[in-house]
Amino acid sequence: MIETDIIIIGAGPCGLFTVFEAGLLKLRCHLIDSLPIAGGQLAEIYPKKPIYDIPGFPSVLAGDLVDNLMEQIKPFHPGFTLGERVEQVKKDEDNMFLVKSSRGTVHKAPVIAIAGGLGCFEPRKPPIAKISDFEDKGVDYIVKDPEKFANKRVIISGGGDSALDWALYLANGLASEVSLVHRRSSFRGHPDSVDKVMAMASKGKINLITEAEVVDVSGNGHLESVQIKQKQEGLIDKSVDHWLPLFGLTPSLGPIADWGLNISKNSIEVDTFDYSTNVPGIFAIGDINTYPGKLKLILCGFHEATLMVQSAFKMIYPDQKLSFKYTTVMGGIKGF
Amino acid sequence: MSVINITVIDREGESHNLEAPTDMNMNLMEVCKSYELPVKGTCGGMAMCASCHCYIESDHDLNEASDDEEDMLDQAFFVEENSRLGCQIFVEDSLDGLVVRLADESE
Repeated sequence: MIETDIIIIGAGPCGLFTVFEAGLLKLRCHLIDSLPIAGGQLAEIYPKKPIYDIPGFPSVLAGDLVDNLMEQIKPFHPGFTLGERVEQVKKDEDNMFLVKSSRGTVHKAPVIAIAGGLGCFEPRKPPIAKISDFEDKGVDYIVKDPEKFANKRVIISGGGDSALDWALYLANGLASEVSLVHRRSSFRGHPDSVDKVMAMASKGKINLITEAEVVDVSGNGHLESVQIKQKQEGLIDKSVDHWLPLFGLTPSLGPIADWGLNISKNSIEVDTFDYSTNVPGIFAIGDINTYPGKLKLILCGFHEATLMVQSAFKMIYPDQKLSFKYTTVMGGIKGF
Repeated sequence: MSVINITVIDREGESHNLEAPTDMNMNLMEVCKSYELPVKGTCGGMAMCASCHCYIESDHDLNEASDDEEDMLDQAFFVEENSRLGCQIFVEDSLDGLVVRLADESE
C-alpha cells in the first residue's frame, strides 16, 4: 500500500504543480494517471504545440512545460502510479481515503485532489452496436499480446502510426492474413511506415482496403466476420478471426462519475474558496472542475492548486498554524 | 462589425438559425457552443478531437481541410465526403447562408 498526504488523480500540468505547492507546505504527494507518462493532454495530445499564455513564457512547447514542471517538483520526490486508472475510492475506519487502481494498486491518504482534466484517455470505439459483444472475443482496441494473432486472420482499422505499425508487425510472418482498412487512400503515419506498408501491399502481404470502413461485426460467441463498406464496391463481408480498430484515444470521465461527487456537464462542482467538492477531503482542480466564471486554462489550474493545498494542510494538521512565506525568502526550495 | 447567418441542423433534425460575428475570430464550433447547441469542443479547437464533426450541406467554398484536420477525421466515425471539423471553419463574410448538420456523437 502506498501512503501519502495528498493523492493526486491526474498527472497533467495542474496535478504536477500541486506537488510543488503542497511541497512548500511539507505535504507529500503521489500522482496516479491512466496514461503511461506524466503530462496529461500536453504529453499525449499536443507535446509539440506552443502555449502562449503561461505567465513569464512568451511561448513554450507543451512538452517542454511538462519537462519544466517535472524539474520544478523534483525536490519534493512525488510518487507516481502511471498507466493505471483509478477505479475505486472509499474510506477506511480511520477516515482515510483508499484509492484503488485498475491493476489493484492501493493508495492511502487523508486528502484527494482530482486533477483529471478531460478524464481518462481510452481507446475510441467504433459506434457499432454489437461491438461490445466481441470485446476480448476477437475485437481488441489495444494490442497487449501480439502472439495471440499468430496464424490468425486479422483486420486492422485506422490510418495512423499504430495501425500501420501493427499491420507491419503482424504481416511479418506472424498473422496468416493481414488486412488494413482505412477511410482514405493516403495515410497520415510516419512516411517510412507508409512506404513499408505500401511495399508489403504490393507484394500481397498486406491486403489494403482503402476508402472503406468496417460497419458491422458478427459471430457466434467469437468474432467470425466483419462487414466493410467500400466506396466503389459497396458492402463486403469478410471472414476474420480478429479486428483491431485503432482510432486513437479519447477522454472520458470514467469511474469518477460514480464517486458521489456533484457533477454538472461532465465537470465536478467545487467551492471557489478552496476548490473543495461536496465530499469532504476531496478537491477538484483544473479542467475537470466547474464553478461560475470557470475558464479551462492551465494558469487557472495552477491558481486553484495553490489555494487548494492551503485547505488540505488545515485538514491534515488541524492543530498547526500555517505561516505563508514567499519562495524568495525561503532561501531556496527545501525538498524532502 | 458584420454578422452572417448560419443554419445548424442538430442531431434531432431541428434547424437553428444562428447569427455569427465575423470580426471576433470565431470558428463554427465556438458559435455552436455560444448558442448552447450540443457541441462539446473537447480539445478547445485544436482539431484534436472530433466532437465538432459536422457535414457541410450547402455548396459554400470552404477553406481546404488541413493535414491535422484530415488526420483527426481519420479517427472519427460516420465520416462522409462533406465531413469537416467545425473548429476549423472560421466565420467570415463568404460563409453567409452556410448550412451544416451536426454528425452523430460517437464518444
